[in-house]
Amino acid sequence: MLEIKNLHASVEDKEILKGIDLKVNAGEVHAIMGPNGSGKSTLAEVIAGQEEFEVGEGSILLQGEDLEELSPEERAHKGVFLSFQYPVEIPGVSVTNFMKTAINESRKAQGLEDMPANEMLKKIREKSEMLEIDRKFLSRSLNEGFSGGEKKRNEIFQMAMMEPKLAILDETDSGLDIDALRIVANGVNKLRSKDNAIIVITHYQRLLDYIVPDFVHVLYNGKIVKSGTKELALELEEKGYDWIKEEATV
Amino acid sequence: MDLKEKLVSSFLAFEDGVDLDHPVHEERSNAIKNFEVKGFPTKKDEAWKYTSLKGLQKIDFSIFPKQETSLEYKDVKKYFLHEIDTYKIVFVDGVYSSYLSETTHDGVDICLMSSAFSKPMYQQVIEVYFNKAASKDESLTSLNTAFSKEGAYIYIPKSKVPKKPVQILHLATGNEAALMLQPRNLIVAEDNAEVQIIERHQSLTGNEVFTNSVTEIFAGKDAIVDYYKVQNDAPTASLVDNTYISQKDNSVVRVHTFSLGGKLIRNNLNFYQNGERVDSTLKGVTILGDKQHVDHHTLVHHAQPNCESHQDYKGIFGDSSTGVFNGKIIVDKIAQKTDAFQQNNNILLSDKSTINSKPQLEIFADDVKCSHGCTIGQLDDEALFYLRSRGIPKKEAKALMMYAFANNVLESVRIPELKARINKIIANKLGVRMGFDL
Repeated sequence: MLEIKNLHASVEDKEILKGIDLKVNAGEVHAIMGPNGSGKSTLAEVIAGQEEFEVGEGSILLQGEDLEELSPEERAHKGVFLSFQYPVEIPGVSVTNFMKTAINESRKAQGLEDMPANEMLKKIREKSEMLEIDRKFLSRSLNEGFSGGEKKRNEIFQMAMMEPKLAILDETDSGLDIDALRIVANGVNKLRSKDNAIIVITHYQRLLDYIVPDFVHVLYNGKIVKSGTKELALELEEKGYDWIKEEATV
Repeated sequence: MDLKEKLVSSFLAFEDGVDLDHPVHEERSNAIKNFEVKGFPTKKDEAWKYTSLKGLQKIDFSIFPKQETSLEYKDVKKYFLHEIDTYKIVFVDGVYSSYLSETTHDGVDICLMSSAFSKPMYQQVIEVYFNKAASKDESLTSLNTAFSKEGAYIYIPKSKVPKKPVQILHLATGNEAALMLQPRNLIVAEDNAEVQIIERHQSLTGNEVFTNSVTEIFAGKDAIVDYYKVQNDAPTASLVDNTYISQKDNSVVRVHTFSLGGKLIRNNLNFYQNGERVDSTLKGVTILGDKQHVDHHTLVHHAQPNCESHQDYKGIFGDSSTGVFNGKIIVDKIAQKTDAFQQNNNILLSDKSTINSKPQLEIFADDVKCSHGCTIGQLDDEALFYLRSRGIPKKEAKALMMYAFANNVLESVRIPELKARINKIIANKLGVRMGFDL
């Protein structure tokens, strides 16, 4: 599904990603962990096409296609989805209208007609029920005045609506209480399939109790310094990151 | 001959066409004297520091409108808010068009200033209200007063509400190479009356038009007046809009100004709170491109206790456009418990666009709540990335963000069809098609 080769990325001449290699197959869930400032969010944004970053060496392939020249919207049309750590507030545009716009823009890019209104409504109802989202919530302005938990749940709702091939969840667990975390994680698990892949970026093991990863990678100082299975996450939870830093320095 | 001389020397000819014995004529005579002394404002005047009328004064404007030019309704339908039933007061090249208008005298008077000036039954209203709120000092207002003859006259007696909103539409056909218009409007809502008004100026060709408009609005006790100014004119049309509003106890007046097109727009919007517990709202959305220029000069004079004012102006400036916001709030010593709020937010879309924003607070009372805020920024890149990452193309994403930015102002429009129309104008202006009504 996703193949990242020797990826370097910098912002204002400061190199943040220093040679990332990562292969994610369809049907897999990968967790990326690491201390603050290690480059996790940068990696997520670079994959989604944030133009603020200068991509130097390396490549990102989605289903064999190089994403380098593609804009963020083109990547979205090809099935890349990023759940934001800090979703942006858009006053005056309801969640429903925003989703209609997003879905129909993607359909337009694929040469399809707008989704019929009844089909759209059915889908919205289905996905909002899955995430236990109140109907009233959908007519509110996008993210405006949402609590941290509501914002994150709304991100996963958008993911459910857009049915991406590759979803990157950037610290979706931050700001969530345990009930919200469970709902969000259940939603993500329902969206898992053999045809898509998910990358979960997190600081904590907690989320991975619910969204169980096939692989865990540790990002430190712009590089993946360790990879393993879900047990690695438990080890990190127990021992912290210091031993990883030491190993990496050695 | 420059424009000032031309105007002053035309006054004699103007006098041939009006009733010299009418009490308002003395006001006209005084006004032309004031204009003759003061002339057009220049950049040396503090209030005109950022807006120059020099270019306009070089144009050889025709001052007196010719006879009515007939226009087919179907050709100008799009400039009306035709989705709903309204009263209409329509002027073509400054001359009343009975064919395009729909006036009424059914319990309320929605008609013409020329009638109000000439018919005895209106004389009392004219004597009580005409030129009583407008400045006698400001030169362009004086210029309008001097030539005041035609415009909209709306009189809503005590506790009356017209059946439908009123549209005032000024059309310019381009029959003159360059045309100067000076409409004079008088709107009176007596105690407990209500009225909604939409005003629009529209030039139909590429010929120069310069409109110097004066509108006086009087709101009696408990009256509610909603006034919407749709400024989306041709690139050769300039407008100086002088609006003076006088409010009595418990009245509510809300003015929304949508400045979306035109060459040069200057809005002088003046509120005088002459009663207690008065509520004044001034909101504006300005979206400009090319070399357009819009200058909002607002004044809220809190002259009585326990009143509120709410100002919210949003500006988006692209290309080489320039904007000015100057918001003056005066709180008199006796105007205790005043609650005055002012906000002006701006987005600059290009390196060549400019905004000059200046709050001006003069507070003489000691128990008041006055707040003001001004921001100047650019579209937030992170927000733009967020929208694009959901598959929304850059242009549409930017448009969505601009809508979101202007939303506070748009959402307080009380005529849904008007709100939809404004949204459509904005969408056209931004070159996007939204799949839904915002």
